[in-house]
Amino acid sequence: MLYFTIRRLGLAVLVALTVSILAFLLLHLSGDPALALAGEGARQADIDMIRKTYGLDRPLIVQYADWLWHILQGDFGTSVYFKTEAGPLILSKLKTTLLLGLGALAFALLISIPLGVLAALYKGSLIDRACLAIAVLGQALPNFFFALILIMLFSISLRLLPVSGSGSWQHFVMPAIALGYYVAPAFMRLIRAGMIEVLAADYIRTARAKGLPARKIVFKHALRNAIVPVVALAAVQLGYLLGGSVVIETIFALDGLGYLAYQSITYKDYPVMQLIVLLLSVLYVLLTLAADVANAWLDPRIRVS
Amino acid sequence: MTDFRITPAAPAPSWRHAAPLKALAAAVLACATLAAQPALAGKKDDTLRMAYDQAPESVDPYHNNVRIGVIIAANVWDTLLYRDPVTNEYKGQLAKSWKQVDDKTMEFELREGVKFHNGEEFDADSVVYTLNYVADPKNKAVTQQNVAWIDKVEKIDKYKVRLTTKEPFPGAKEYLSTTAAIHPAKYYQEVGPKGMNAKPVGSGPYKVVDYQPGKSITLERNADYFKESPKAQPKIGKVVIRFIPDRQTQMAEVISGGEDLIMSVPKDQAEQLGGMPTLQMVTGNTMRIVFMQMNIQEGTPAPQLKDERVRRAIIHAIDRESMLKNIVGEGGGLINTICTPSQTGCTQDGAPVYKYDPAQAKKLLAEAGYPNGFDIDLVAYRERNQTEAIINYLQAVGIRAKLNFLQYAAMRDMIRANKASLTHQTWGSNLVNDVSASTPVYFAFGNDDITRDPQVRDLLNKGDRTIDSGARNAAYKQALDLIAQKAYAVPLWTLPAYYVATKDVNFKPYSDELVRFWDMSWK
Repeated sequence: MLYFTIRRLGLAVLVALTVSILAFLLLHLSGDPALALAGEGARQADIDMIRKTYGLDRPLIVQYADWLWHILQGDFGTSVYFKTEAGPLILSKLKTTLLLGLGALAFALLISIPLGVLAALYKGSLIDRACLAIAVLGQALPNFFFALILIMLFSISLRLLPVSGSGSWQHFVMPAIALGYYVAPAFMRLIRAGMIEVLAADYIRTARAKGLPARKIVFKHALRNAIVPVVALAAVQLGYLLGGSVVIETIFALDGLGYLAYQSITYKDYPVMQLIVLLLSVLYVLLTLAADVANAWLDPRIRVS
Repeated sequence: MTDFRITPAAPAPSWRHAAPLKALAAAVLACATLAAQPALAGKKDDTLRMAYDQAPESVDPYHNNVRIGVIIAANVWDTLLYRDPVTNEYKGQLAKSWKQVDDKTMEFELREGVKFHNGEEFDADSVVYTLNYVADPKNKAVTQQNVAWIDKVEKIDKYKVRLTTKEPFPGAKEYLSTTAAIHPAKYYQEVGPKGMNAKPVGSGPYKVVDYQPGKSITLERNADYFKESPKAQPKIGKVVIRFIPDRQTQMAEVISGGEDLIMSVPKDQAEQLGGMPTLQMVTGNTMRIVFMQMNIQEGTPAPQLKDERVRRAIIHAIDRESMLKNIVGEGGGLINTICTPSQTGCTQDGAPVYKYDPAQAKKLLAEAGYPNGFDIDLVAYRERNQTEAIINYLQAVGIRAKLNFLQYAAMRDMIRANKASLTHQTWGSNLVNDVSASTPVYFAFGNDDITRDPQVRDLLNKGDRTIDSGARNAAYKQALDLIAQKAYAVPLWTLPAYYVATKDVNFKPYSDELVRFWDMSWK
């Protein structure tokens, strides 16, 4: 178990490193950051000054190594756009994104558990098909498009929710739905499959034979067993949700990490951008790792392979 | 989305009595019963809500280069001079009067009794400290050309200052009335640009009461605004500007009443929104000119452009009038020289006009030795629909243009590396209403000049350095004529701007795209 954890941890570090190198290269290859920083009306002298001040005239590999060295020493750099320290800037936005991610996860579970149970109970029936349709739609619909549909429905037609911003809990409802709907099908599929398996088990037949009410059998005996793998999946999906919030936060003008990522790409604010990518990939890797370890702990077969 | 069809070993028993859709129903109900009505915008609470897609990196006018920064600056700060946006006439703002002492020296008599939002008094120290501070390159004002012309500012007495420029600089008045905001000296000295961004203090018609970087800024009417200011006394009590990056979201906000004003709305969408009962569409001209550059430098990827006949053919090939009417939209205007018509020194008079004439274009191409046309690259970065229409027009006379659509910075890289052939350029002159801010950028041997005619350069330089307005305008006119005669660029139009606002507000657009909150009122 220890060896397994260490090996996964080493792999996780490599993944985070690779992602940060890729992000670094992509940002620098998509145009000269100095030009973008200088803005439309800049003269060559301004651009040269910026290039020198920020060390952008050095070879890429040196710039990257320099950045990594500072990160390892706990120096996260300064935002070249907002001119404040990147570390605190990112931390100040983390809360919004975590709230959104957890809200989206809660929504995903809220719809996927009942739908998954229903689909399993009425396996092969029209209800099952309907649940399937809802799930397929969730994965097929791009979330920015779904977000606009939600805005049209809840903000423009029904006037129930504010369109954008992050001032109150109401502001989080639509973003959480738009983001959560996309990951719901994965949960639903897992619950449905789990339920079908459990419902066919002998102890359920016994419980039925004893005359227990159907509700009790489904929720107390069956669902409790079927839901175990969902916990592991939830950890992984939360990582996805944190990363996926870039588009949703931009649409709903939620002042979180995703919106900051969008801004830092637009303004070529590479210290912030790199730090966000690093943070998100570390979070994702950690969550995946937690899921792996939890799974291995629950199921010894995984450890062996 | 795969195995939804696993079949278990035993046939599924009937579960018809199992829990009905309680959980699901609860979830749906939870959404439906949210009684949260979005805060009603507008007249009722005397608050104008505006959405803008970009957040400024700093609110300090010298430390951002985005449009919203300029809008905030004009409402929160004052400048020495003021340029009337309608008559283009200069008036005193923080300065009562001014005079040109010699080619490089101006003297200003300052207004007495003006107070900054924090109570600090305005006097010569404010002007001297602010302008000397920002003109020093060490202090890293973002847009250096706004301040780099200042040599020094000296105090003569408490309400009199003398400004010296490095060179004779006729554009000075223009900068002094737009970008050169005056800060309170004591406060600025104490907190610097960082503190000015955290807690902005100006003397303008609106004061900043709340600022959340990247999110929103709240302005409140400055009830003590000095009565002599050429800016009107502010009428609307509060203004909230929120930064909403997504255009669709902005539109949804104005439809739902969450916001009262949005700008830079695409034409077709503005027209639709304007048809809604609570909204109005307002159009206006802008200072942003649209034109095409042609690379005729040594080593150009398109040597065909070196032939003047080819360049003329390109202009003749494009039906600018019908594009203006059908694609660009009302509010824009045709240009025949490469400068913004409202700019001092910009003129359209006397420059040749190349009418839409595809037959003539084909003839010119044949004369130049291209009876079957040629292939060429066209690089563009905005108003893609316009670029595509242009490509169609070029195609019709045999010029097969391939579109290379890039981000602005990438396009500029390409132009400066001598890799561009035809460009679809736009230029907003950074709001400076003087021709020195437009034509020389593209024709005075700067980085973006890809025609490089020394004769044009010399004329432009002469204009840039001549204080006498008659001689100055004549030099510019000659340069502009020469550019047009040699067909160095395709002059197209000025872009219109579309605003969508609530019907409750009186809103007038100006070509500098500056939203003047002090100029607005409720109906």
